[in-house]
Amino acid sequence: MPQWVYLLLLFIAFSVIGYLIIKQVPSLLHTPLMSGMNALSGITLLGALLITDLLVRNNQILLSYLFGGLAVILAMINIVGGFCVTERMLKKFKKGDNK
Amino acid sequence: MSEITYYLLGGIIAVLVLVGISLMRKVTTARLGNLLNAVATVFAVVLVLVYHGIIKSGLHGLIIIFGGMAIGAAIGLVLAYRVKMIQMPEMVALLNGLGGAASALIGAITVFNLSTAYPVFELTTAVLALMVGVVTFVGSMIAAGKLAKIISGKSIIWKNHSLITTCSLVLLIIAIILNIVLPSIITTMLVTVIGIFFSIVFVIRVGGADMPVTISLLNSLSGVAGALAGLALGDIPLIALGSIVGSSGLVLTQIMSKAMNRPLKDILIGISPSQETPTVKAEDVPKEGDSPEDVTDEFLENLLKNAKRVIIVPGYGMALAQAQHLVERLARMLEDRGSEVIFAIHPVAGRMPGHMNILLAEAGVDYDKLYEMDDVNPMFETCDCAIIVGANDVVNPAAREAVGTPIYGMPILNVDYAKHVIICNYDKKPGYSGIDNPMYHKTNGISMLLGDAKDSLSRLINLIK
Repeated sequence: MPQWVYLLLLFIAFSVIGYLIIKQVPSLLHTPLMSGMNALSGITLLGALLITDLLVRNNQILLSYLFGGLAVILAMINIVGGFCVTERMLKKFKKGDNK
Repeated sequence: MSEITYYLLGGIIAVLVLVGISLMRKVTTARLGNLLNAVATVFAVVLVLVYHGIIKSGLHGLIIIFGGMAIGAAIGLVLAYRVKMIQMPEMVALLNGLGGAASALIGAITVFNLSTAYPVFELTTAVLALMVGVVTFVGSMIAAGKLAKIISGKSIIWKNHSLITTCSLVLLIIAIILNIVLPSIITTMLVTVIGIFFSIVFVIRVGGADMPVTISLLNSLSGVAGALAGLALGDIPLIALGSIVGSSGLVLTQIMSKAMNRPLKDILIGISPSQETPTVKAEDVPKEGDSPEDVTDEFLENLLKNAKRVIIVPGYGMALAQAQHLVERLARMLEDRGSEVIFAIHPVAGRMPGHMNILLAEAGVDYDKLYEMDDVNPMFETCDCAIIVGANDVVNPAAREAVGTPIYGMPILNVDYAKHVIICNYDKKPGYSGIDNPMYHKTNGISMLLGDAKDSLSRLINLIK
């Protein structure tokens, strides 16, 4: 089988697993969950690293600074901002006896 | 590093993330889960840097990668710690959009770098990553603008809006096919420009109470965009994590649209409930001078002081008035007097999933007092007093009774079953659904305190001081 078939299967498998796990999150935590998932979507940083590398290797230095750099920065804001915001929100949830 | 090791480590990272998400199901373990997700992300970055030998890609590569990551991290930190809790919906939307923009850039660059070899699978996924990334970015920016009230938060509908939507979608599909068949700067630009236009047309008409659905859908799309970029680049961890985010967003979207009793399709193509059917008037219109607004301090004082069980129902109005701290104060004072106070949270109250929970948690309300709809509904019959703070559609009994209206069948909080209801709403206008609330016209068992929720709550607080 060609490689893309495996990749596509992987995509489907993880979609299903993710779906099953998230289904059980109580609505109390929907906002932190969403913002946590939002932080994870910054994982596209991996792609940004790969294309930057690709551009540098192809000697397209200007493009790599402009687009690669921009993609890295944007993805990184998403990741760091996302995880920190989630942490801040989760810290707010307190239970009666902790007070 | 061998290919096998790479796949193995990629698999471990994916499992870490899945465990992290599982931990986020409970409040007590959620922070650990979030930390685990962050750690897994760091591992994934290191893995990709090492396996693809990116570390050795020369001075320029290092400057861009580490410089870029440092700048991004700094901006992310500042944003995350500057933002107020009340601004969370727009913050989440903004961050989400940036991830989408990164995916779009990755897609666009991949298209160029593949253009000599024409591998169909990579090219298709790259173009799709560009398209979904653009839609995520522009859509999230508009959503953030609406939430921050930079642009009107209402549903904006142009002339022939549906026709424009359909046309731009068709054009977008044509542009995508063109870009796959003839990869070039022009066709890539075409996809981008039409993609931007389509997203504007698509999100600008989503208004008000439909926002939670839109936000979770955009959240899902940002994951899909990442996964598509991963498919185009053949990168396993990116595919795995992207698809997890994609499907999780989809689950939330489903939950939200179900809780609004509106098919996702209607929300997306912008059928706002009010334009489908005319508003239904409640049957029992009261006589002149006999209105639930005529409520004396003595009555309220008596009611609150003698209530054994009080249920507070917050809605978007509480967020608008920023009244969550007063709500908490009222609840605490009632508790000090010996009443039992709990909060009833409707799944779509507010402007993002779980919006009310966050605001109340910020104000210091214990999370074990926040009840979900299905758990709290049987409790209304035994409660002496329900206090509505800026909620309308989610408590509208018309959803149970008025057959044929858009909200008929929508699951609601059965506030009207309570012995007495105090409504602290801004005015008597119908909510987003456009359906009149029959509770506003009842005189028996209802007290209405119109105006800013802060003023109404202060009045209640002063009464039981």
